[in-house]
Parts: sequence; structure tokens; C-alpha cells
Amino acid sequence: MTKISDEIAVLRLSKISKHYEGLRVVDEVDLLIEKGRTYALIGPSGCGKSTLLRMIMGLIPSDAGVVYYNGRRLAELDVRTVRAGFGYVIQSGGLFPHLTARQNVVLPAAYRQWSSQKVSQRLGELRELTQLPKDCLDRYPAQLSGGQRQRVSLMRALVLDPEVLLMDEPLGALDPMIRSQLQVQLRQIFHSLNKTVLMVTHDLSEAAYFADQLILMRGGRVVQQGSLDSFVREPASPFVTAFIDAQKSHLGPAEKSQ
Amino acid sequence: MNRFWLFLLVLTGLAAAPTPSRETGIKIGSKKFTENVIVGEMVAGAIRSAGVRTTHYQELGGTRLVFNALVQGDIDAYPEYTGTMIEETFADREIETDAELIAALAEKGVLMTQPLGFNNKYAIGMQKARAQELAITKISDLGRYPELKLGFSNEFIDRDDGWKSLQQHYSFEFEKVQGLDHDIAYRQLASGDLDAIDVYATDAKIKSMDLAVLEDDREFFPRYDAVILYRSDLGKRYPAAASVIHQLAGKISDRKMIEMNLAVEGVERETEIRVARLFLNESLGLDIPIEPRESLFQSVLSRTIEHLDLVRRSLVPAILLGIPFGIIAFSNRISGQLVLGVVGIFQTIPALALLVLVMPLVTAVGARSIGVGSLSAVIALFLYSLLPIVRNTYAGFQGIENQYRESALALGLSRRYTLFNIEMPLAMRSILAGIKTAAVMNVGFAALGGLIGAGGYGQPIMTGIRLDSLSLILQGAVPAALMAVVVQLLFELVDRWVVPRGLRLKPVN
Repeated sequence: MTKISDEIAVLRLSKISKHYEGLRVVDEVDLLIEKGRTYALIGPSGCGKSTLLRMIMGLIPSDAGVVYYNGRRLAELDVRTVRAGFGYVIQSGGLFPHLTARQNVVLPAAYRQWSSQKVSQRLGELRELTQLPKDCLDRYPAQLSGGQRQRVSLMRALVLDPEVLLMDEPLGALDPMIRSQLQVQLRQIFHSLNKTVLMVTHDLSEAAYFADQLILMRGGRVVQQGSLDSFVREPASPFVTAFIDAQKSHLGPAEKSQ
Repeated sequence: MNRFWLFLLVLTGLAAAPTPSRETGIKIGSKKFTENVIVGEMVAGAIRSAGVRTTHYQELGGTRLVFNALVQGDIDAYPEYTGTMIEETFADREIETDAELIAALAEKGVLMTQPLGFNNKYAIGMQKARAQELAITKISDLGRYPELKLGFSNEFIDRDDGWKSLQQHYSFEFEKVQGLDHDIAYRQLASGDLDAIDVYATDAKIKSMDLAVLEDDREFFPRYDAVILYRSDLGKRYPAAASVIHQLAGKISDRKMIEMNLAVEGVERETEIRVARLFLNESLGLDIPIEPRESLFQSVLSRTIEHLDLVRRSLVPAILLGIPFGIIAFSNRISGQLVLGVVGIFQTIPALALLVLVMPLVTAVGARSIGVGSLSAVIALFLYSLLPIVRNTYAGFQGIENQYRESALALGLSRRYTLFNIEMPLAMRSILAGIKTAAVMNVGFAALGGLIGAGGYGQPIMTGIRLDSLSLILQGAVPAALMAVVVQLLFELVDRWVVPRGLRLKPVN
């Protein structure tokens, strides 16, 4: 049965739960992810945001609830189609150390037996997009800087031109200088791509800088969803205010650029 | 990764290569001491001169192993002693006469020749000068001197039919009797620290140390008449051979046997094969050419070939099976514990025990279980080599960071593709380290081939221990150590060549 909301939603989560040894890590979460918008999942560590992202990605099964992808149950869809629809970037990059940057990026395409012409064309587009220096392509992950690694990882996530980009603390492992540089660049990329993006971060200013919609989680539940403005003006609970206050001392690029 | 497959392919080719063919025909065995090897050589030489192809598997092992090999048909004949059969092989029966012994053997499908002549029984030996000084010629004479210092091999002290019974039989009361290692007993006898010790009646040392063997005047010691045991079907298969074997009966005196033992064990360091052939030409009037001794280079070379043969036939299957076993162990917790447990147990079984367990199985499937080119040592080595490979493969897979598996899953790679193209390369270092360990261990362990006459560097080591020859021991030990080093280097190169470059780099930051 298709709901009206499915027409605008790329992803719809209905009562998604996950338990670990009796602990409710994710507790009956309902969520609507609309086409073309950028979302940030935020919250203190252990609030279940990464687990939720992994369940959407299908990397771990949920204990209860349903994920709808374009109106259809995710679990019933062909795995290959689903995988091609989602790009995924993790904090450590997840680049395979035995492959060069180039081999890493083209792996999903080569696996799907793209022609070499198509592969190299796509590689060129992505390098331009991420502005990765050309000589980096033939290096191994161990020979790349942290920032370069994350850009290669992003290229790999985008190589199949997925509909949705899921990112788990993509900048979390970087030092502050590189991090703020990459934030600016990443925002430009998001804007030029016009993709649906769902990003996990613990940093409120980063979340506000990238996303039009913030989703604040606590103890496995969604506390509030909306813009940073709405969080400040109409906090759903004292926790929202406390969370914002705790992060205020941070002066991220969000404040700087405005 | 392609290089790794190539590496495995080369290995498979190596393992599949045929073992250099060996002479077969009639198979003669011998136990692990000089006299038995010499007589074994005589039997082989005599049959060969009758125009039948014959192979002598030297120094196969102890009584039980060689006797079982005969019963199972791994060998056709070997020299044995009546006393050994009565006291050891058929210890569970009360055998007193030759007829009873022959009947017991017949039940096992084994025939026995008439005695060859010499009687290698236990005896008591003294320095000749000391014996003359005290006017001792018989064992009963010892009773007159209760202050004499006696030393006996530990085995002789422990046996029911050893010192305790002898003491009662001759009503001895000695003040000083000590148990010690047989070699040390000889040394103490020579230095005068001991007055009398137990000896074997045809021991080379009787001649080299010029000992007096005391007469067993109250007939305590059972006879250890040397005979040839052979399979009852030998006469049907090779009628000429069976009759030749009997020609040796009554031909070898105690004195002659002592002489021949001394030729091998003494300063001459003759080979058993030359001593045996000289004897055959002399006593049976044969005309067997006496070949010059094998040069050191030749003998080390052929031992090396045999050793490498053992290594390649056991190590390669261990690699080809160990890696999948390791992966299976990793992929399922229950089967994993099972695989690791079983493979670990093999490691704890002593080499000889493992061989004894494996040999009947090898015989049961119709393969050769003892001697050069046999399967038993290969299987034992294979089992020993499994553990490091299985363990390291398991550890290599376990050590793969979760982020890589998650990435593979997120990229939509299949299980199979992930296994071969992501996990295997990432675990490669650990897998190769396991192969390296297994290879070096295997080269060392392959010396156990010497336990069942399977050749290799174990053979000179075993012979060297038997003959108390350091140079022979080194002929096995030094090349074995060198081979271990070379193998280590070789696999180091394979490591360089096979492990993906990206895994050998240190991160820049």
C-alpha cells in the first residue's frame, strides 16, 4: 500500500528498531527523507544515529520496522539495484588498502562490468568534482593524506551516480584545518549534485552548515526534526536547548560564512 | 592476487610431479641396528644375485614396526631373533619350543629359516685382563667376589628376565649394582670403574675392547638365534628367492658376526652393503661386484632429493587445504572450533606415534607405508604442517578491519568477490607467514622420515646415532638447517612478490 508521502519521499522509515543485548539502540524511529534535500543526523554519541544509518544502508538488519525506498519495501528489492542507489562514506574512508585510489574508485563500476571508456569518463568527472590531484590516483591509501582519502572515498561512493548519499562522520577523522577546508568543498559538491544526502555527525555547526534538515536523536529516539532555527525557537524538549548550548562554544564555518 | 594464484598453480605442479621411481620387486626390511642392517643387506644381495629384483629398506624401526610391516606385506622378509619373538612379539603366549614358535608365525602368514648360526643373546662381559686376574670364565665364578662392581643397562635392570632373575638363578649377592646407559657402561668398564656389564653376544665392542664373554654355565639366558622371517607367499611369487634365503642358514658364526659389526661400527667405518657383499662372495661363493663407497657429495645429494621429495609432497597439500580450512574455521564458529581443535591435536601427537597411527591406514588403501617414497611420512608431515597455515589463515581473516567488510557490502560486492578480491589479499600477509612457518617446520620435521626408512636427512641422523658417529649426524643436520634457511629465504621472496604493494606501505601520517 502506497502512502501519499511516498511520492515525495525517497526513504521512509516506519517504526525501525534495533536491540543489542536488551538495550534499545534504535527505538521505533519514523522518518521521512525527501528527494534532493540534505539531512544531518545529530546527537550525542551512543544515541543510535550510526546504527540507524547502517540499517537504512542494509548493512545490519533491523529487529522491527520497515524501510521504504521509493515507496517499496527495501528488503524486497534486488540487492544490486539497492546498492547502486546508495553511496556510502564512512569516517575512516573504508578504502581498500591493497588497491590504488583509482582501483578503489572504479571498483563498483568494474564489478558491474562497465566499459573502460565509460569508467574513465566517470573517473574524470569525479576528479574534477572533488578536485583530487591527478597523481593521487595511482597512490595507495597509505600514501594519501586524510583529506585526500576522504575525497577518494567520496568519489567511490559517487561512481555509480547513486540517488542517495549516506555519510557517517565523513570528516570526523580529519584535523581541524583540513576539516574546515573540506567542509566548504563538500558543501559546494552537494549543491552541484542536487542529490539526497543523509549525513551523520556529532557536530551541530557542521550539521547546520551542510543540511537544511537536522534530525536530533537521543537514546534511540528522534527528539526533534527541523532547521537549526526551529530548534532554537521551538525546542521540543529541554534536551534540545541543552544540546545546542553545549555546542555553542564551537565556532564552525557555519557562523563564519554567515 | 593473480600472482598468488600463479604461486598456488606452481606449487600444485610441484606436488603433482611424480616421485623418482625406485627399485621394487622383493622388499627386504631391517631393524634399526647395525647387525640387522648387515644381515638384511646379505638377504637382499643373495636374492638379487639369483636374478630377482630386490630393494632393501634399511633401518625401518623397532621390532614391532618391522614385524607388522612384514605381516601387512609392506616388506617380504627381514632378519629376526628367536629370543626377541618369544620375549617380545609373542610375549602374550607361552612359547617354549621352536615348533610352537613356527606355529605362531604361521598363523600370521610368516615362515622362518633355520638359525643363521650366530646367537645374539644377552651375556656378561669383563675386561680380559681383569677376568684372568680373578680366574673368572663362567658367570657362576662371579659369585665368589661379592665386592665386584657391576653395571647393567637400564633395560636389563628393569626386565623381568633381566638382572633380578639372573641374580636368583645364580644365587648372587652383590654389594654394588648400578643401572646406567649402555654406552656409559662400556666406557666405565674400559676405565675400570666397573668390573662386569651386560653385553650382546655379537657386539662389535667385544672385539674392539677385547672383552671376555663369560660362559652362561647354568643356562640362564634364552637363545637369540638369528633367523630370516619371510612371508609364506614369497615362495609362490618368487620360488628362487625363497630357496636363496635358506642358503644363509648356518653360515654366520658369532665370531664372524662380531667381525662384521666391528667393520661397520669400528674405525674402518665400512658400509653395511660392502660388508654384506664381501661375506656373500666369501661364504656362498657368489661374485657380486663390490662397488666403491658413495662419495659424501653423492650421498648428501641423494638425501637432499629424498628430503625435498618429502617436503614438497606434504607441504603443498597442506597449503592447498590449509587455506580453505582456515577460511571455513573463520566463517563458522562451531566448525571453526572443530577445525582448529582437530588440527591442533595433530600437533601434539609425537612423530613416532603419529606414524604408527598412519601406517596401517596407508597400507589399508594399498599404498606403500614404509621406506623411501612411502606415503606415511608424507601424511604425518602434512598433518604437522596444517596447523600454522590454518591458524594464520584464520587469524588473517579475523584481523581484517570491519570497515573493509562493511565497505564491500555497501559497494554491493558479492560474498564470493569479497572473499577472493578483498579478504584474501588483506589476509595474504598472515597466510604467507603461516606458510613460511609451516615450510621451515616441515623441513625440520621431515627428518622423521628416518624413523621409517623414508629417506631424507633423517636417515644419516638415525644411522649416526646408531653408530655414534658425529660426522654422520652432521651430514643430516647441517644440510637440514641449510635447507630450512633457503626455504625461509625463498618464501620471503614469494612474500615480496605476492603480498599486495599497498599492504607493505607505511601510512604517511
